[in-house]
Amino acid sequence: MASCGGGVGACHQSHCQRSEEDGGAEEEAREMASVSVDSCAAGGGDLVRCPKCGEEAAAKGGPRVLNGMCPSCFHAHLFGKFKLAVTTNAMISPTDKVLVAFSGGPASRVALQFIHEMQCKSLESWDASKSQALPVFSVGVVFIDESIISVNPSNDINKTIEEIRPIVSPLSPPHKDLHVATIENICSMNCNDGKTKLKKLLDSVPDATGKEDLLEYLRMHLLQKIALDNGYNKLVLGSCTSTLACHVISATAKGQGYSLPADVQYVDARWEVPVVLPLHDCVTEELKMLCHLDGMETLQLLKKPSNSINSLISSFISHLRDENPSRERTIVRTAEKLKPFGFNKFVEDKYHEFLPSRLRCKFQNTSNSESALAEVFCPLCGSPLSEPELQSVSDIQEKSHTAVEVFTAHCCESCSFQILPKEPVSLQQFYSILPQPMTRRVTGSTLDHSMLRELIGDCLLVDDYDNDGT
Amino acid sequence: MEDGNASARPRRATGRLCSICNQRKAALKRPKTLEQICRECFYSVFEDEIHSVIVDNNLFRPGERVAVAASGGKDSTVLAYVMSQLNCRHNYGLDLFLLSVDEGITGYRDDSLETVKRNEIEYGLPLKVVSYKDLYGWTMDEIVKTIGLKNNCTFCGVFRRQALDRGAALMEADKIVTGHNADDIAETVLLNILRGDIARLSRCTFITTGEDGPIPRCKPFKYSYEKEIVMYAYFKKLDYFSTECIYSPNAYRGFAREFIKDLERIRPRAILDIIKSGENFRIATSTKMPEQGTCVRCGYISSQKLCKACLLLEGLNRGLPKLGIGRTRGSNGVKKHVEHRNSNTEVSDSNLESKQCGTLNF
Repeated sequence: MASCGGGVGACHQSHCQRSEEDGGAEEEAREMASVSVDSCAAGGGDLVRCPKCGEEAAAKGGPRVLNGMCPSCFHAHLFGKFKLAVTTNAMISPTDKVLVAFSGGPASRVALQFIHEMQCKSLESWDASKSQALPVFSVGVVFIDESIISVNPSNDINKTIEEIRPIVSPLSPPHKDLHVATIENICSMNCNDGKTKLKKLLDSVPDATGKEDLLEYLRMHLLQKIALDNGYNKLVLGSCTSTLACHVISATAKGQGYSLPADVQYVDARWEVPVVLPLHDCVTEELKMLCHLDGMETLQLLKKPSNSINSLISSFISHLRDENPSRERTIVRTAEKLKPFGFNKFVEDKYHEFLPSRLRCKFQNTSNSESALAEVFCPLCGSPLSEPELQSVSDIQEKSHTAVEVFTAHCCESCSFQILPKEPVSLQQFYSILPQPMTRRVTGSTLDHSMLRELIGDCLLVDDYDNDGT
Repeated sequence: MEDGNASARPRRATGRLCSICNQRKAALKRPKTLEQICRECFYSVFEDEIHSVIVDNNLFRPGERVAVAASGGKDSTVLAYVMSQLNCRHNYGLDLFLLSVDEGITGYRDDSLETVKRNEIEYGLPLKVVSYKDLYGWTMDEIVKTIGLKNNCTFCGVFRRQALDRGAALMEADKIVTGHNADDIAETVLLNILRGDIARLSRCTFITTGEDGPIPRCKPFKYSYEKEIVMYAYFKKLDYFSTECIYSPNAYRGFAREFIKDLERIRPRAILDIIKSGENFRIATSTKMPEQGTCVRCGYISSQKLCKACLLLEGLNRGLPKLGIGRTRGSNGVKKHVEHRNSNTEVSDSNLESKQCGTLNF
């Protein structure tokens, strides 16, 4: 619990005490409701005042938003949540080069906007400061074009860039690089080759849910690749409370309960370029509202109708939200009570020791004993393997020699079920077209050894030459 | 008749062989795995799975006296049948009996108890019925008449839990088995996530609960799908009672149930996966568990001065039906003065007569 955000820590406490009876969710809802009632009462009569700034909402000409806040206070309220998440988790430090993954939806649009505002502020203070010792972090934007799998694939990437550029270019100064890639780039940089490979890869996964998930993992790998190639050292995702709530339920339904806490924290440093989720505490409705109020342009993303577990769960969650608006938050908070992994926070590195204490990032206590443990990750979804899974990995590793066998052994049970093809032939084919960043993730002496063996296999005379080696 | 069936459902006319024995014609699609198998193989996989759950988890020891909580519904009827079958077949050496609770709900429990009585004769298991009227002086009908249809399930749930324990203690049982199936447990995992109840989330996937209490309870059907239980009862033509309780239009639980069913339709394995997730959740062991004491009035295990049943009962008897409903904090007012039980192990091993069952008009 120590590594959960400070902002919600207080709530955690009271939840634990209360958990004997009904969960605290209902109370939460009541609190929220009472806030809005109070605000109405405070305004008195027809005059409705914003509970934050005290201005009459009508005077500002804006509609009342959440809990009667005026639009500018609402913006500040959301920015506050964002800022709190960034500072308490040391997400961005002055020397960082941050890549914002922009999908075109409201969440990542808001993330982009807020990052820009933060950057502007630190640029202002840089201009104002005498020493100018503290650099301003730089920001880049990445957009991944997934039109290949959408309902009507448009082949023109330039058209997409035309749509994105007017959104990103006004967000300067400071200048932001825009990177646009297509999802098939993960398979091959050659456009047509990538397309056929990606199609083949997705077609070999029969399960609808598995297909969707594989695509998501591929996207993550592509984001990582772009970030690495361009020298970024942080990746900002627009995952908000609502998406995380969906993830909590879907991970549970897919049997990924063990690795679930890794995905719902603010920081996920298991990747080469650490991933941060500054919108962790904002719900979709709020973000949509903000986009609407502040006139932020978003892209219309057509979602393919599917009968996957993921889409069932998102409709379940939206149903729950209609019944109780704070349900998503409760779900995420439940998952936050689970024990996070060592890689779910940044640890202090040498650089910060040279900074004056005022400028140092606030790192959380790294007293968690588990942080030292090295985890083994599933090469497909990246989730840390549980004890029994690790046991079976080492069991299989002893017997297997080919790279495919070792790779399969390293996949978590959930991925083995919903993604890996069952027949050996299609499995071999699947493995052969899987992008390198995924296959490369399987490390360990056995694999290296077997890879070497495959390379020199045609020259070996004795078959079980390496038996003593493994 | 065969011909008629075949023409009506051409799907069956293909005459596929059972994928397990490869000899008989497949008669059904197994809900858990979607394998097409014959009836005999279905019986054996269904029973063998339960057997291995019992063996793998060391649910019973030879010579134990085990109460089968029997409501007359499908789960408990199949449970009673399967338990008595497995007990004979694998020589568990268990002394089984049926234990029913009569809540006093006219038009529901009286009918289902008739079913249990027929099962008593058919399976040759002795039956013990404990009633709310005897234990608490109230029937559910009377309670509903007093407090209305709101919160009545709280009373019923709390009373039933204790009634089962009291009945089992009275019959000197060592264990209670209940018919909770995989769907029930998956649903509970889900509900606890939705409610943020981390303490219950950690407990709800245990196959045996209350091991520190006087009489542990276990769920041999933890991995058995509801659909398979119904299928088993259907093919074996077991006699069970299938009406919903007349007082329980519980929308919230129903909603989660609906979701689980939708999930099962997309991927049958999802139910097992939810249970697996529930078992594997990394829940810090430091999570504070309520301290156990005993109720000063009836001696039942309780974390408060009064156990929940006594508290609710007092509310009923004093005409304050809201007492004990909702949050317990403050209502009992005695949280800090919990009488500590000296040694839990001693209690569970000692004579069960020490439970003061007599104090409640027994």
